[in-house]
Amino acid sequence: MANILSVRGISRTFEVAGRAPTVALQATDLDVAENDFITILGPSGCGKSTLLRIVAGLDKQSSGEVLLDGKRIDGPGADRGMVFQSYTLFPWLTVRDNVCFGLRERGLPRQQQLEIADAFLHKVGLRGFESHYPKQLSGGMQQRTALARALANNPRILLMDEPFGALDHQTRELMQELLLGIWESEKKTVLFVTHDIDEAVFMGSRVMVMSARPGRIKLDRAVPIPHPRHYSLKTTPVFAELKAELTEQVRAEVIASQNATTTAS
Amino acid sequence: MKPLTPVAPATRVTLGIAFFVLFVAVWAIATLGGFVPKTFLADPITMVKSGYTLIAEMGFLKDIGMTVWRVLGGFIIAALIALPLGVLMGAYKPIEAFFEPFVSFARYLPASAFIPLLILWAGIGEAQKLSVIFIGSFFQLVLMIAVAVGNTRRDLVEAAYTLGASDSSLVKRVLIPGAAPEIAEILRMVLGWAWTYVIVAELIGASSGIGHMITDSQALLATDQIIFGIIVIGLIGLVSDLLFKRVNRQLFPWAALGK
Ligand SMILES: Nc1ncnc2c1ncn2[C@@H]1O[C@H](COP(=O)(O)OP(=O)(O)OP(=O)(O)O)[C@@H](O)[C@H]1O
Ligand SMILES: [Mg+2]
Repeated sequence: MANILSVRGISRTFEVAGRAPTVALQATDLDVAENDFITILGPSGCGKSTLLRIVAGLDKQSSGEVLLDGKRIDGPGADRGMVFQSYTLFPWLTVRDNVCFGLRERGLPRQQQLEIADAFLHKVGLRGFESHYPKQLSGGMQQRTALARALANNPRILLMDEPFGALDHQTRELMQELLLGIWESEKKTVLFVTHDIDEAVFMGSRVMVMSARPGRIKLDRAVPIPHPRHYSLKTTPVFAELKAELTEQVRAEVIASQNATTTAS
Repeated sequence: MKPLTPVAPATRVTLGIAFFVLFVAVWAIATLGGFVPKTFLADPITMVKSGYTLIAEMGFLKDIGMTVWRVLGGFIIAALIALPLGVLMGAYKPIEAFFEPFVSFARYLPASAFIPLLILWAGIGEAQKLSVIFIGSFFQLVLMIAVAVGNTRRDLVEAAYTLGASDSSLVKRVLIPGAAPEIAEILRMVLGWAWTYVIVAELIGASSGIGHMITDSQALLATDQIIFGIIVIGLIGLVSDLLFKRVNRQLFPWAALGK
C-alpha cells in the first residue's frame, strides 16, 4: 500500500537562551499508510507533540523532511486536520460556524457549507447544539465539535494530540468509540498521540512507543485485533497481552527520562 | 457576602441608585443645614433652579450640544485612524516595531499641555478642540488595540492555520473577531477619558460649551451653575457608558458567557 505520509530523519532542537539546547526529536522516521490508525505512546516530554506539530506544519524541523503524498510539507494546510488537547473552538462562532470555518475558507457556497457541517455534527452526536456557543458546551462536546470541524475539511490525515486528555474517564471511553466508529466508516488516516495505553491499543491499528528525550520511535507494533472493535474487547487476552508489553516498554522509557532529569539537575 | 458572587439585576440597580441618594442627602445636609457657606458650595435646590434658568433662558442646551459634538467628533476621527493602525500593529510585528516606541512616547504627552500650541496653530476654533480630543485619545487607542489584537490565543491561530486559513483571513476571521469585544471595551473607556479633555479645552479660549459656561460662572462665583455643569457632564458620561455597554453586549453575546 502506498504511504500517505513519510517522515524522514526528522530532528528538532530547541535553542533556549542561556541553557544547553534541548534535543526534542532525533532522527525520527515514520511511514503512515492509507487508512492507518497510528497511536503514539511515550513519556512526557519525549517529543510527541513536537512530532505532530512538525507534521501539521506548525513547527519547523531542524533537519529531515516530511512528505505528504510525496510532496514536501512546508507550513500548515487544510490537507492535515488537527485536534488539540486544549479547547480550540473559536469562541465567537457558534458550533455550526466553527465547523464551517475551513469550508468557508475554501469558498464553498453557504448552503453547501451548512449541509456538510450539519452532517458531521450529526455524526458526532451534536444535533440540536448547532447554534450554541463553545462556552455553552461541556469539554467532551467541545472536543466533538473540534473533531467535526477537522473532519468537515476532509483532510488526507487527521492529527490528534491527546484530544481526550482533559476529559473524564467515562466521556473519554465514549469519545474513543465515537472516533473509532467514524474512522471505520469514513476510511480516514489518523495519527493519534496519547499517554493512555488502553486508549492506544483500543484505537490503534498500529501502536508506537517513543523513547525518552531525545525522542525517536523505538517500537512499532501492529495491533492484531480486527475492526469493528467493541469496548468489551478490553478484557480479552490479546488486548491484555499487548497492553502488558507496552506498559513495560513505556515504563522503561519513563524511568530513563526521569534518570536523565535527575542527573541533569 | 461571598467574593465574586453576582447580585440579582434588581438589587444591583437599587444599590447603585441608593448611593446616589445618599450622596445627595449628605450634600443637602451639609449645605441646607448651614455647615458649608453658600459661596463655596451651593445647595441642591439652588443648583436645580439655576440649572433650569441656564437651560430655559441662557441657551445651555446649545452648549451641551457643542461639547457633545466636539467629543464625538474628535473621538471618532481618532478611532477611525487608530482602529486599522492598531490592528495592523497587533497583527504584524515589524509594523509594531516601527510605530510602537513613538506611540508609547506620544501617549505620555499630556493633551492639555498642547492647548497653548494648538491655539497657536489652529486658533481657538473647532479645529483646536477636536485636536485636543484627538491627541488625548488617539495614542491610547492605538496602543491598547494593538495589545488586544496581539494577545489573541496562539492555539486559536494554530487551529485556524490547520483549517487552511491564509494569512490575510487569519487577520480578518480570527484576530479581529477575537479581539472585537475587548476593542469595544477600549473604545468605551477612552471615550470616557475624552470627556475630561474636552472640558479642559473649553476652559481655555472657547466661546461655547459646558467648559466655557463653567469658566464664565467662576467669574461670577456662581457655584450652583458650576456644579450643575459638572453634574451634566457626569450624567452624559453615565448615559453614554450605559449605551456603549448595552451595544457591546448586543454585538458580542458570546463574550459575556461564562463570566
Ligand atoms: N517552544 C519550545 N521551546 C523550548 N523547548 C521546547 C519547546 N517546545 C517543546 N520543547 C521541549 O521539547 C521537548 C518535547 O516537548 P513535547 O511537547 O513534544 O513533549 P511531549 O512528548 O508532547 O510531552 P507531553 O506528553 O507532556 O505532552 C520537551 O523537553 C520540551 O521542554
Ligand atoms: Mg504533548
